[in-house]
Amino acid sequence: MKSDTAVPVKEVSKTDPRIKLIAARIKKENYKPDALIEILHTAQGAYGYLPKEVLVYIAKALKLPPSRVFSTVTFYHFFSLKSKGDHTCIVCTGTACYVKGAQAILNKLEKEFGLKPGQVTTDNKLGVAVARCIGACGLAPAVVIDNDVQGKVSADAIIETINEKTGIV
Amino acid sequence: MIRHELQALTGKVREKQQQYKHRICVCCGASCISSGSEEVLNKLNEEIKARGLEETVEVIPTGCMGPCNQGPLVKYLPENTIYQKVDCENLQRVVQSQLIDKKPLEDLLLFADSREKPFVDAAEDPFFKRQQKIALKDCGDINPDSIEDYLAVGGYQALDKAIFLMSPEEVISEVKQSRIRGRGGAGYPTGLKWETVYKYVSDQKYVICNGDEGDPGAFMDRSVLEGNPHRVLESMAIAGYAIGASKGYAYIRGEYPLAIKRFEQAIKQAGKLGLLGKNILGSNFSFDVEVRIGAGAFVCGEETALIASIEGKRGTPKPRPPFPAESGLWGKPTLINNVETFAAIAPIILNGGEWYSETGTAKSAGTKVFALAGKINYSGLIEVPMGTSLREIVFDIGGGIQHGAEFKAAQTGGPSGGCIPAEHLDVKMDYESLMSLGSIMGSGGLIVMDKSSDMVDVARYFMEFCMDESCGKCIPCRVGTKMMHDLIQKIGERKATRIDLDRLEELAVYVKETSLCGLGASAPNPLLSTLRHFREEYESKIQQEG
Repeated sequence: MKSDTAVPVKEVSKTDPRIKLIAARIKKENYKPDALIEILHTAQGAYGYLPKEVLVYIAKALKLPPSRVFSTVTFYHFFSLKSKGDHTCIVCTGTACYVKGAQAILNKLEKEFGLKPGQVTTDNKLGVAVARCIGACGLAPAVVIDNDVQGKVSADAIIETINEKTGIV
Repeated sequence: MIRHELQALTGKVREKQQQYKHRICVCCGASCISSGSEEVLNKLNEEIKARGLEETVEVIPTGCMGPCNQGPLVKYLPENTIYQKVDCENLQRVVQSQLIDKKPLEDLLLFADSREKPFVDAAEDPFFKRQQKIALKDCGDINPDSIEDYLAVGGYQALDKAIFLMSPEEVISEVKQSRIRGRGGAGYPTGLKWETVYKYVSDQKYVICNGDEGDPGAFMDRSVLEGNPHRVLESMAIAGYAIGASKGYAYIRGEYPLAIKRFEQAIKQAGKLGLLGKNILGSNFSFDVEVRIGAGAFVCGEETALIASIEGKRGTPKPRPPFPAESGLWGKPTLINNVETFAAIAPIILNGGEWYSETGTAKSAGTKVFALAGKINYSGLIEVPMGTSLREIVFDIGGGIQHGAEFKAAQTGGPSGGCIPAEHLDVKMDYESLMSLGSIMGSGGLIVMDKSSDMVDVARYFMEFCMDESCGKCIPCRVGTKMMHDLIQKIGERKATRIDLDRLEELAVYVKETSLCGLGASAPNPLLSTLRHFREEYESKIQQEG
């Protein structure tokens, strides 16, 4: 029992609809540890990121050491331990986008919002990130704003779209 | 559904399609969607209804048609006329001209803004004329959401043929005869791989489809999964029958939500019709497929790392042997093939291995899909016979370099490949020729660069990629990529000396030879190939002694 109290994280609420969603997924996967990544996808989909207490909850449900869950989460780029922001701006830095000026867009974002890739504004409104290649190379340079792919974009147009969506001026 | 019911259903579907005089395909590939093709599709449906044409005109969403940067694309069949940059405003003019006035609308024809005389029949355009589509055939003509559409073009006939008319040995022999090699990049003979897995005796074997397309600049697997998911599914089932597996996994990148959605839907549809699951088409063969979603790790394209990821673990590679063919997923014999490889299997079974081997070169049979991007006029997805020259791809198909600039290099094989300079424009695109130039075929990404590209920076870009993506398991890759990256950066900043350059070259060889998996072993390739073909750029940046 000691190991349970050794982890200084708060308990999740069983009535939280997001936890219910995760619980349903775990049940669907028959509590199999090999479905860990699928379950993490569900959890991140529900929360937008992976809070520590949720990881502990998943570890217990799958009977895995929390360290195993943590090591898996930190291995994959897709998973994030902190909030990515209410609105996200993901700049593709695949080769085609790189050749066509992804860096200029990143520079502009830093200048305008003071955000480097991986950073979020203090009010959590906007997060900037980079993607390896989103496979829209024909539309380079491409930027994904809140899941909408914007192709052949200029840095100025991106700033405008972000301002529209987030209300940051 | 049992066997004769499949034939009956296929007949019925074809009959139903023949009642339409026209079929309008709206490209809903990832590129066209982000240019607004879904709105065009909705508007087109309204337009057809408003004009009372819904009895004779069928409107469908399709997968990628190819010329991605001209989108949204709308294709009229049977005329095979493609319109580019269609939006909700100019759509009416297209419908009026094409369907009512019965003449093509010249100013919106594909490539109308760049060709003197655009083609009414798109197949006549050099972009398509020089292509030969096998893996991508039907992609862009059928609705990926509809299994009926796939049946109408002969879908699941190859599976039917394999199960009922061929033994597993015959299926394998057909694949061997086709001489197809793995399209994921390494080019291992597919038939041989199948035979090896077949020979291992085990209570359980697995088929894995590798859809973890991680190379930046490559998007063919995405387009196949999004545009023709059933083809991949059918081929996976054929592979299962051949090697004796009853379970398959499709490992698809998390960055491709549409591909995941369409593939999962395809699995459901096929299951409902009895084309997957227990006793397929009434035979003794049972096969199930499950999707596994990647979580953003380039190294998971490596087969042992991919297997670890399917098992829910960190995706770190293992030393080989044992190869997955002997001990793969959960220690069982496992066959892993790339999406594009699977896309060619069903046609091979249907038309015969010999038919496939007639295309391409002596050592590289068949066709290869390339993703054209960078400073090229017509970027997009093409499929050409192996052995087509780089010049043909860049200039005849791709329409040359943007703004009439001078060609400098083409990068193939992503972070594992290399750059091909202008003096080798006539190189034949096949596994051996690319290797001899210090590049690789890789998955088929082809990034064109013009004179404005700094090759030292290109090498640094790819090294940074490998450094970030190194899983950290083996030291040569984990430490070596970091050291090489810092040295290239130092050269780029003009702070390096000749000693640094010598050390860099020495390191590259060490990392290449001592890394555990393909990621590390090929990480020095972009550096070595730019050093080989553009050494003067490095030389000009290093400080001269004294």
